[in-house]
Amino acid sequence: MHAIICQTSANPSLFSAEGFVGLIFLLTIGLIITGALVATCARRLVRSIAGLALCFTGVAGIYYFLLAPFVAMMQMLIYVGAVSILIAFAIMMATPEEGDLPSRRISALAGPLGFATGSLIFAALALLGTRTNWQVFPREGSADMKHIGTILLTGHSLVFELISIVLLIAIIGALVLARRGRN
Amino acid sequence: MIPLSWYMALAAILFSIGVYGFLTRRNIIIMFLSAELMLNGVNLNLVAMSYYLESMRGQVFTFFIITVAAAEAAIGLGIAICLYRNRRTVYVDEVNQLKG
Repeated sequence: MHAIICQTSANPSLFSAEGFVGLIFLLTIGLIITGALVATCARRLVRSIAGLALCFTGVAGIYYFLLAPFVAMMQMLIYVGAVSILIAFAIMMATPEEGDLPSRRISALAGPLGFATGSLIFAALALLGTRTNWQVFPREGSADMKHIGTILLTGHSLVFELISIVLLIAIIGALVLARRGRN
Repeated sequence: MIPLSWYMALAAILFSIGVYGFLTRRNIIIMFLSAELMLNGVNLNLVAMSYYLESMRGQVFTFFIITVAAAEAAIGLGIAICLYRNRRTVYVDEVNQLKG
């Protein structure tokens, strides 16, 4: 496990188990990138939501590849099940009845400038990720849900409690915001 | 075995698409959606690091980020609906009352 960080297998056949897994991995990557592009570039808002849900599902698939099934389950439950549906509701409740609008930008420069900024950030992050020599930590326990629970409730228990308070305040705040102004 | 740099590149792509969408779209709901994409890129990076560096802290932090993102989505979309109810618009360039 320590020495295989940057090791690739030598051209496995497509019909072997490893090649098939690689194919599924590439399909998942394609799903993520297609979904993200549809989400940001689609003119119709409903298509953006569909792309977002597609992208979140792909990310959950990647979590399975990374042996984190609990995170994948949370991703499906919270992002695909809750956040996407929440955004869909917001679009249904808060969209002007003008039909599908053309692209709304402040100026013609916004598109190229946004693309340049995104590309720069991508280049910087990719360079940082590939150039750094990442150190492997000493293994701490097994990688199962029991260990996650132990970490959550011992070392990070204050954060755990604070986040539950944040969630409570967010729920109450969202209710107050949505109730106010309704006659 | 898939190298770590693939996951990091994928996370960077996801983050950059989120930045692009946040900068170019004017609809506040689509801007939220782009922020969620960025958060997903960060989560992906954390889980990949947690797998390759053999530490569970990355997954724990991912849970925190997911929770805060859910809270942020609830509040943000509540604000968007409030904005639409008061100003009849969801486009951020039309909300310019404070502009001098």
